[in-house]
Amino acid sequence: MPVITLTINDELVSGRRGESLLEVVREHGITLPTLCHMEGLSERGGCRLCIVEVEGSPRPVPACTTMAREGMLVRTHTTRLIRYRRMIVELLLAERNHYCAVCVSVGHCELQNVAAALGVDHVRYEYLSPRVTMDLSHERFGMDHNRCILCTRCVRVCDEVEGVRTWDIAHRGVRSRIMADLNYPWGESETCTSCGKCVQVCPTGALFTKGAAVGEMVKDPGMLRRVLEGRDRKEWEG
Amino acid sequence: MIPSDLRAMAEQERERQEGFRCRIMVCAGTPCLSAGADVVLETLRQGIAEGGLDAEIESVATGCMGPCSRGPLVKVRSRGKEIVYERVTSESARQILFSVVKGRRPPTVSPLPPDLPFLARQERVVLANSGSVNPERIEEYVAAGGYEALSHALHEMTPDDVCREVSLSGLRGRGGAGYPTGVKWSLARKAPGERKYVVANGDEGDPGAYMDRSIMESDPHRVLEGMALAGYAIGAEQGFIYVRGEYHLAGRRLEGAIRDAERKGLLGSRVLGSNFNFRIDIRTGAGAFVCGEETSLMASIMGKRGQPWHRPPYPAQKGLWGNPTLINNVETFAAVPAVVGRGAEWFAAIGTPKSRGTKVYALCGQVEIAGLIEVPMGTTLREVVYEIGGGIPSGKRFKAAQSGGPSGGCIPASYLDTPLDYESMERIGTIMGSGGLIIMDETSCMPDVASFFLDFCRDESCGKCAPCRVGTVEMHRLLRRITSGTATMDDLVKLEELCELVGTTSLCGLGMTAPNPVLSTLRYFRDEYVDHIRQRRCTAGVCTIAENPAPGAEGEALLHAMGVPGEVE
Ligand SMILES: Cc1cc2nc3c(=O)[nH]c(=O)nc-3n(C[C@H](O)[C@H](O)[C@H](O)COP(=O)(O)O)c2cc1C
Ligand code: SF4
Ligand code: SF4
Ligand code: SF4
Ligand code: SF4
Ligand code: FES
Ligand code: FES
Repeated sequence: MPVITLTINDELVSGRRGESLLEVVREHGITLPTLCHMEGLSERGGCRLCIVEVEGSPRPVPACTTMAREGMLVRTHTTRLIRYRRMIVELLLAERNHYCAVCVSVGHCELQNVAAALGVDHVRYEYLSPRVTMDLSHERFGMDHNRCILCTRCVRVCDEVEGVRTWDIAHRGVRSRIMADLNYPWGESETCTSCGKCVQVCPTGALFTKGAAVGEMVKDPGMLRRVLEGRDRKEWEG
Repeated sequence: MIPSDLRAMAEQERERQEGFRCRIMVCAGTPCLSAGADVVLETLRQGIAEGGLDAEIESVATGCMGPCSRGPLVKVRSRGKEIVYERVTSESARQILFSVVKGRRPPTVSPLPPDLPFLARQERVVLANSGSVNPERIEEYVAAGGYEALSHALHEMTPDDVCREVSLSGLRGRGGAGYPTGVKWSLARKAPGERKYVVANGDEGDPGAYMDRSIMESDPHRVLEGMALAGYAIGAEQGFIYVRGEYHLAGRRLEGAIRDAERKGLLGSRVLGSNFNFRIDIRTGAGAFVCGEETSLMASIMGKRGQPWHRPPYPAQKGLWGNPTLINNVETFAAVPAVVGRGAEWFAAIGTPKSRGTKVYALCGQVEIAGLIEVPMGTTLREVVYEIGGGIPSGKRFKAAQSGGPSGGCIPASYLDTPLDYESMERIGTIMGSGGLIIMDETSCMPDVASFFLDFCRDESCGKCAPCRVGTVEMHRLLRRITSGTATMDDLVKLEELCELVGTTSLCGLGMTAPNPVLSTLRYFRDEYVDHIRQRRCTAGVCTIAENPAPGAEGEALLHAMGVPGEVE
């Protein structure tokens, strides 16, 4: 792939044509918070945490859905961007119920990590605390809507990697909810193969393995890469 | 059908119409129908039948005549003269018919003055046929010169010529952003791709707006002709018209119009005897505002969840099923037959140097006459409100005009002389938008208006991106605190900060523009916000101020449970 040169935070860096800004930025050791992005899945551009400033663009753009181009001038950590990221995290925390102390994912949660890294120590917005349920109908896994941030990683991994698309989104706006099949209890889903991929890619405590105690729900982020690489090498073909 | 057949059809229809002594037109637009136009039409038809007048008098159901708040409207055209009656009932319809037969004025109903500014001050290009042809008869559109432009283009112009003509006319998109239409067409024309598509955006989700509905209902063939011209210009053989689900009448009329046009060889294969094939299909939206946004609209046409995707690529590069797709608003397409038929120069001579042509507005709110108007770009707000709209009722004062719907903003009284064109409106913090124009007098409360629009955006957010999904909810909550007198000045700061966040970091136009009604009312009416907070008073008397004042630092919910910092770092 042809090499391109761009400037990130005043430093000249190289990347390859066809790479996203996020890839280039990360290859050069710069940390950008992300929640909806996951390597191996299509990009969604929904959490807006990876926003960066690109010269010539009137508003910040998400690094995950923006292609790196020759000669781009990019800034990743201006005070404005950091302030926006903090506010977005505050909004995510206010949207559902995030009582970390009693959450299975406490200590292993990407939302919590991002919040801590950004120094979000309190939320200035009104907690919306919607009345949402827990779905414990699946024999091995559970789904707690209180912790869902609608990143749709579960939707995408199930659709794009497992190939069944059990998950989808019902409703819209702040009423959006992850649903199994046509809004059935997960345990009654006729499509779910119980492969557990969605649980492993879920960044928060929304999808979990049953029986995990608070603080135990460690996800395996390398799982997706192993699956995809294995497929590339045709590891499981006769 | 070949061009000579088209001319013959026009000639024949004109002769047929001239065979009547008189044509009585009843407005059958949705507002007039809901005011009882169908009963009026029925009364007239009965009267004509009973009097054995079928050969002399023709009754015609037309599209919107304009002054919708005065409906049902009836227009009598005889010997080249037109008389318009407003608020017609069965009783007055009988009188009108009687007077037509006797050649005398009806005893108790009087017509609108012929020089009524509402009608006389308009310049109708897109609405030229609206209110004078029967939208359900293709012959009437053809008799009014319809499909002439398409015929001319197909036989005497190259696709490049058509693109050039549209560029030279200076026509800009009427769907909101005002992007130059010619540029968009040229991009779609040049985009490499075997198949290309033309899409007409008839979603029109803005509250209070009904320009596009009216165009589709009143003159459906004009939209189809514009789409066919676009198809020829960019090299597409398939068009879709995306109609909002609530627009039953518009959908039905378009369906009929497509069928008739196909039957007559004006759409379908080998249009007007040329080598150009063009099909148009209707797609019905399920009523989501965000589906008017072009990428969601395409997702919806392809049968997916109507959610935006990130641009670039733009539809002209990669649209429906990955192919180059041209999307324009219904009014934009409706202007094209006039541009091609009468020439770019003619069109460009109307309006201002940067905003050419005319614009249709849905004038509503506190004005004497509300309805649909079409005026040259650059007409001032004062002219629209005081001359065309007849001023503010009950001697009240004009306070503000809200334009551009949930993406727009307010124009205060001090800017009444602002010309309504893309640049001037943007300069004062609002937008032309699609043409909704809500006039407000002193009884409107600005924070309440902002809250109304935020409520709308919050409900219509698709939920894909976090700032819009949650930000609009929090903004609405803060506005509700302000209007109920429970907010602190700190809430105002939070509100402004959220405006900035949602406006700059959202994925699509819905979120990016959602703060505009707040920002523009804050810009001109900040006092009202402060009054609600500090004095706990709504000057306009609209808001119900809560009994108990603001409960201190509520909302400052500490994330006590975030804890375990050692572990998460
Ligand atoms: C949330 C949202 C809603 C929109 N709704 C409409 C609509 O109802 N009708 C329309 O023509 N354009 C609408 N637009 C603008 C379209 O995305 C697009 O710009 C337009 O159809 C292009 O046509 P034009 O160039 O002729 O204006 C909307 C945009 C956004 C962001
Ligand atoms: S999902 Fe993460 S942020 Fe939410 S409660 Fe659990 S640990 Fe806390
Ligand atoms: S367990 Fe596997 S199949 Fe079932 S919903 Fe999750 S990803 Fe899809
Ligand atoms: S359940 Fe988990 S992966 Fe799925 S959308 Fe919610 S937070 Fe994301
Ligand atoms: S800005 Fe709002 S409507 Fe647009 S993609 Fe984001 S959530 Fe959906
Ligand atoms: S990671 Fe880029 S928007 Fe979520
Ligand atoms: S609908 Fe009759 S005048 Fe507008």
